[in-house]
Amino acid sequence: MSRAVSWHRPIGFALLATALLATAFLALAGRPAAAKSIVADIDHHLIAITTDFSGDEVLIFGAVDQPGDVVMALWGPLTQVQVHRKERVAGIWINRQMVTFGDVPSFYGLASSRPLADILTPAALDQYQLGVGRLQIKTLSADSDTLQEVGDYQQALLQQREKASLYADKVGRVNFIGDTLFRANLRLPSTVPTGKFLVEVYLVRNGEIVDAQTIPLVISKVGFGADVYRFANRHGFAYGVVALILSLALGWLAHLIFRRR
Amino acid sequence: MLGALLDWLLSFQIYLPIAEISISVPLLLALGGGVGFLSGLFGVGGGFLLTPLLIFIGIPPAVAVGTQSNQVVASSVSGVLVHWGRGNVDFMMGVALLIGGVFGSSIGIVIFSLLKHFGQIDVVIAISYVVTLGALGLLMLVESIQALRRVRRKAPPRKLHQHTWAHGLPFKFRFKKSRLYISALLPIAIGAMVGLMSAIMGVGGAFMLVPAMIYLLGMPTSVVIGTSLFQIIFVSGYVTILQSWQNHAVDILLSLLLTVGSVVGAQIGGRVGVRLPGEQLRFLLASLIVLMALLLLIELVRHPAELYAITTLGGLH
Repeated sequence: MSRAVSWHRPIGFALLATALLATAFLALAGRPAAAKSIVADIDHHLIAITTDFSGDEVLIFGAVDQPGDVVMALWGPLTQVQVHRKERVAGIWINRQMVTFGDVPSFYGLASSRPLADILTPAALDQYQLGVGRLQIKTLSADSDTLQEVGDYQQALLQQREKASLYADKVGRVNFIGDTLFRANLRLPSTVPTGKFLVEVYLVRNGEIVDAQTIPLVISKVGFGADVYRFANRHGFAYGVVALILSLALGWLAHLIFRRR
Repeated sequence: MLGALLDWLLSFQIYLPIAEISISVPLLLALGGGVGFLSGLFGVGGGFLLTPLLIFIGIPPAVAVGTQSNQVVASSVSGVLVHWGRGNVDFMMGVALLIGGVFGSSIGIVIFSLLKHFGQIDVVIAISYVVTLGALGLLMLVESIQALRRVRRKAPPRKLHQHTWAHGLPFKFRFKKSRLYISALLPIAIGAMVGLMSAIMGVGGAFMLVPAMIYLLGMPTSVVIGTSLFQIIFVSGYVTILQSWQNHAVDILLSLLLTVGSVVGAQIGGRVGVRLPGEQLRFLLASLIVLMALLLLIELVRHPAELYAITTLGGLH
């Protein structure tokens, strides 16, 4: 199982939604009007990547005080990325010029209750980096003769990440239940990176973001696969010895099994 | 119907902890089995086929190479035990090759790490394959065609070995099982070259070592396979540890699945192999090697589908 919390999902959701609805109303009733207009949570804060992991979905749910639109952005940890461009040298294509980018999310996905263009202005979309094409990626360094073409490198980065399902303008849909309750299932591909993720949940009214909430999400390897990975990276030498002994034993075993025939 | 069954089979996925991708278990078993069959048939490790195939199905090249060295150990052990029982291992020759092999593979691992750092490892692995497979495949092809003709004419085989400048080198040593009295520098140098290439290419190197032992050293064919397998266990074992230590590039799970497939395949291949005549087998193997080199060459020369290569730098875990 790839889930850390393995309760039955529909029941779990119903329970949580009820509890949340109650809290939401209490919160809205008990506080002045300036208090939070949106509350949201996630069904589990930890996604476990085990050896049979083949992608997963996270459920984000919540309530708003008055009707509006909800937009969600799922961010993976920011990293540095090197992009090499291949060039033909003596007939062979090899990596030549390189650009290094910073603040590159390792994963990025969006979900909204209506098409983004219908909800927010391009300026607002840019400001909140809503859309793969609107990500603000920093150029850290570039080979001198690539300065003019940094945009091409960035474009290639975005395209390849989209192709690998790591960036997507749509990883789910925000569905409203009545006017104030909403839920969304966000899809994570089997190649999803590990680390601390953030889900940004925005409430939009009349083309403006009026409230927001951030929910943390940790995606991490657990179980056998994670132990192997950690052992391999922390104790490389011992790992090599184990790997070697294992294959020596397997070879010997194979010899024993097949010798008689 | 058949397609649905195939889909169902392929749906058994496993997450490989070091390669960091999910991949179908039956696919890996079949890949190991297929390559094992060929290696049993031809008496070579099969690494030169498996590593490019692993890269083709999406395993990162560095992990494919590192893991392959580990898998070679298992297949060589089961192979060498048979030859050891028949007394077909020249221990002294193996040790001489090994001294060179350890030296060469140590340098190979350093080069591997450097190239990985500079983002050039993929292209160097590919070029190494094209050059070594191309040259050896063509040589073997020519040789096996000549051998086939000889068989047809019923002509006697050529002399075991000619005396050349190499026989004038110092540190002469008597290799009893090989019935040779040659300089120990010769097998050490050959071992070093093969060790260097096998560290970079993730192969045992039998396909380079065997012809070198027959044609350069003039060893009798009966002890060549056993002796090369003997030294390959140690060099590959050494490379496995270095690859784990320096490059974190050995995936135990992947190696396990490939080994299970390949030992079964090798047994079947070995049984089919004894029924086929040697000259035709060598011709088939040579054709296979040349074909592989050609495919890899085309891949290097033709306009790549993806002009940009992306490397994520640390900080992820």
